[in-house]
Amino acid sequence: MGIRELQGYASFFMTIFLVVMLYGYIVYLYRSEKKGKKDYEKLGKIALDDELDSTPINTSDPLPTDNKEQNK
Amino acid sequence: MQSNAALEYDYSVAKLFTYTTILFGFLGMLIGTLIAAQLAFPELNYLLGEYGTFSRLRPLHTNIVIYGFTLSGVWATFYYSGQRVLKVSMAESKFIMAVGKIHFWLYFVAALAAVVSLLLGFTQSKEYAQMEWPFDIVVVLIWVLWGIAMFGLIGIRREKALYISMWYYIACFLGIAMLYLFNNMSVPTYFVSGNVGNILHSVSMYSGTNDALVQWWFGHNAVAFGFTVPIVAMIYYFLPKESGQAVYSYKLSLLSFWGLMFVYLWAGSHHLLWSTVPDWMQTMGSVFSVVLILPSWGSAINMLLTMKGEWNQLTENPLIKFMVLASTFYMLSTLEGPIQAIKSVNAIAHFTDWIPGHVHDGVLGWVVFMIMAALFHMAPRMFKREIYSKKLMEAQFWLQTTAVVLYFTSMWIAGITQGMMWRAVDEYGNLMYSFIDTVTVLHPYYAIRALAGVLYLTGFLMFAYNMFKTMTSSRELSEEPQFRSPMA
Repeated sequence: MGIRELQGYASFFMTIFLVVMLYGYIVYLYRSEKKGKKDYEKLGKIALDDELDSTPINTSDPLPTDNKEQNK
Repeated sequence: MQSNAALEYDYSVAKLFTYTTILFGFLGMLIGTLIAAQLAFPELNYLLGEYGTFSRLRPLHTNIVIYGFTLSGVWATFYYSGQRVLKVSMAESKFIMAVGKIHFWLYFVAALAAVVSLLLGFTQSKEYAQMEWPFDIVVVLIWVLWGIAMFGLIGIRREKALYISMWYYIACFLGIAMLYLFNNMSVPTYFVSGNVGNILHSVSMYSGTNDALVQWWFGHNAVAFGFTVPIVAMIYYFLPKESGQAVYSYKLSLLSFWGLMFVYLWAGSHHLLWSTVPDWMQTMGSVFSVVLILPSWGSAINMLLTMKGEWNQLTENPLIKFMVLASTFYMLSTLEGPIQAIKSVNAIAHFTDWIPGHVHDGVLGWVVFMIMAALFHMAPRMFKREIYSKKLMEAQFWLQTTAVVLYFTSMWIAGITQGMMWRAVDEYGNLMYSFIDTVTVLHPYYAIRALAGVLYLTGFLMFAYNMFKTMTSSRELSEEPQFRSPMA
């Protein structure tokens, strides 16, 4: 098998792999939020509440940051 | 690192880049307007000898608006919003502050030197990569400095989650770093030829079709990572902040991001349709260009939906108007581009005026509108004064919107007319028109484009004046506005 043919197969399988990864990521985003494991939407507040002394959001974990601190 | 009540965000670097955004914006658009007029009225080529010809000024126009205006805008907004979404001040690290300042001054000096070198005719003759090898080395240094400042800020951040804007700024940094390095690989001829010829001269390391492929892999992705990615970064921060509405769907922003990263890099070969590159590569460029509509519209629709239930702000706040129109033009140009990349459409569109028409509805309508809106939003926070004039902003908005519409409609008509005339054959298969026939027919549309340039440039001067007055003599603010920018 020549280098050109190898490149062709590599390119094809890499594209398939990346497509699977991308779709897998989308499914993961929506499924983890549906199961209550993540809350991505609260990250949108980072732009609104952006004072130097405002409380960081820190994580897409659905628990508020304060609770998480207490649960440690 | 402890939070300190007296600590404030430090905008000194953001301010410096704001000034150069305005300076290079004016210069780039002035030259653009002049060369548009030269196409309509060729005698304007002879105003300044060799320094005033279209061929000398066109690379100057593109380089100044890309590397002068847009990059300054990207860095002004990064040094402003980067601190805010990471909740860390530049003032907290002397090192990062010093890197930011060196970043600016090295950039400013190099940009001025590059302008002079291009005006003197030193060029690599690669589109959007004209600057000769010593400038390329300085560009790499500037880029590394930006990287140190950005990752330095990320390293000392309080906000552990990276807001979506930061993802886009990082993508801009990594994308351009890779593209610029590979496309500008060249051999300085002076050193390999026994010190013969000009020291600035170089030739590309690639040749023929390979050179064309690398060039358009770079060229199209320069649009992706220079004109799209950092501008999306801006709108994801400034539209929510100005409107007080969180982004409609954060998940959509994430998947649009990865979709864009995945698809954009493969689309460049649509610039080489019907050329000597392999047919499968042309087809791949077409297919990926069409798929690109999805992630592009994902971001644009996300922005429009962010205004859901708050559309009244569109009539009340001209800044929202600028950003919503920018998002709409982003949708228009990301639909138009894929249409042009379809092989059969491209057979008519290739090399015609429809292409600069497409580029300009994207750049004038999306990039420049978004950067101006971002700077308007930043001004009251950076200079602690309200925006000087709402009326002037409204007038500027309508003047520039009219200009963009005149530009792209005239170029649509000119481009399609041109494409049809070039292809037209009589019953014996002979070409029906010579090149000059097309030029005669297109003259009115070139004149309309020049007029559009004058209107847009006038609008930009209104923006510059409004910003200048905001910085110097507008009413002072006692406290920082939370969302909507105050204006007189």
